[in-house]
Amino acid sequence: MGGKVVTVTSGKGGVGKTTATANLGISLANLGKKVVVIDADIGLRNLDVIMGLENRIVYDLVDVVEGRAKLRQAMIKHKKFEDLFLIPAAQTRDKMAVSPKDMVELTDKLREDHDYVIIDSPAGIERGFRNALEPADEVLIVTNPEVSAVRDADRIIGLIEAADKGPGRLIINRLKTEMVNKGEMLSADDVFDILSLEIIGIIPEDESVLSASNSGVPVTLNEGSRAGMAFTNVARRITGEDVPFMNLEENPGFFKRLMRFLDGR
Amino acid sequence: MTSLLNRLFGRPRKGSGKTAKDRLRFVLQHDRINLPPERLEEMKRDILAVIVKYVVIDKDRVEIALEQRDRNHSKLVAQIPVVKQTVPPSPETIMDSHENNSDRPADETAGSVDEGKSADDDAEDAAATSDDGKGADEEEKENKN
Ligand SMILES: Nc1ncnc2c1ncn2[C@@H]1O[C@H](COP(=O)(O)OP(=O)(O)OP(=O)(O)O)[C@@H](O)[C@H]1O
Ligand SMILES: [Mg+2]
Repeated sequence: MGGKVVTVTSGKGGVGKTTATANLGISLANLGKKVVVIDADIGLRNLDVIMGLENRIVYDLVDVVEGRAKLRQAMIKHKKFEDLFLIPAAQTRDKMAVSPKDMVELTDKLREDHDYVIIDSPAGIERGFRNALEPADEVLIVTNPEVSAVRDADRIIGLIEAADKGPGRLIINRLKTEMVNKGEMLSADDVFDILSLEIIGIIPEDESVLSASNSGVPVTLNEGSRAGMAFTNVARRITGEDVPFMNLEENPGFFKRLMRFLDGR
Repeated sequence: MTSLLNRLFGRPRKGSGKTAKDRLRFVLQHDRINLPPERLEEMKRDILAVIVKYVVIDKDRVEIALEQRDRNHSKLVAQIPVVKQTVPPSPETIMDSHENNSDRPADETAGSVDEGKSADDDAEDAAATSDDGKGADEEEKENKN
């Protein structure tokens, strides 16, 4: 069956699906994989700007589905990676323009000569989510350490299981270590306790994510970015590599805490 | 001092993070079985209304809780202490009996009664669970000792 289809979803909006999709696409390409990322958020096209490819768009997903363009024509090659492509969402159509079956057909073609097809799902549990879920071999659920985001993640996890696409893995995005240490934020362990789903990544809150979206150069391409490193680790875990979780100082060891205490911090 | 211990041994137990976790647990319990808190209370009242048609229960010690291991394993766990009773009471006495005997469910009563009591005494004791029976029961015991 060739390549693997990975769907990035969340339930709640604005938790970081598009950011995650862009960064995973780039990280996987950086690892030498052949990758296509698909923006399934029809009507709210975003992935193109996050990846800095907005001015290259001619055709989009709906053009392909409705036969106005060949698949190849809608695949925009990344500036930096030979084997990374974006299929943008249509901006002026709605989600009903594409069906889950269309998505399966499309991704089946893409699988033939790519290692990974990553789908950026829209928020919500309606058609757009169904479109993104149907072709998935693996589902990544993005959430923030926050009550409403985790609640919506739970709902979406239930739907993913009901559709036989489970269990899925979790990306906990925008974790603030300092706040967790003060007891003022849910920790990754808390989220795990509640959702009982494997965690594939913990991404720290990182200002460089904003600068990255300003410039259209995802954080994974920024050597110093902690969020970028965390996304790269997720990409490696997707490929099956066993990567230890990086020290987000979320749960520092006893001596570290002792030092910090003696330091008066 | 607590803050010292917290700094040394991990993150604080209090704080809004803990509150967030508790609130999430609560919300998800109801989300996952699609039964909002108010409906659950309603169901509890309905369950009890059926039970009191048959036995006298110790209303104040009733516990009906929703327990959840994970998304797919929820169960209702009920502890409904039954007050020992020989003559089926009229509906009014059911309600009345709780007020006066809330601390005496059947199992405990049985424990204190068993030793050396005749079947008749036993029956009397059980009957004593309504209203002024409590006083009679205590007198009874004093007589025996
Ligand atoms: N780790 C992070 N640190 C800081 N900011 C972040 C992080 N992840 C995401 N953001 C910011 O959060 C916002 C929402 O991110 P993004 O657009 O990826 O979410 P989304 O889930 O795709 O939203 P939507 O549901 O609208 O599609 C953006 O402004 C982004 O820059
Ligand atoms: Mg998005």
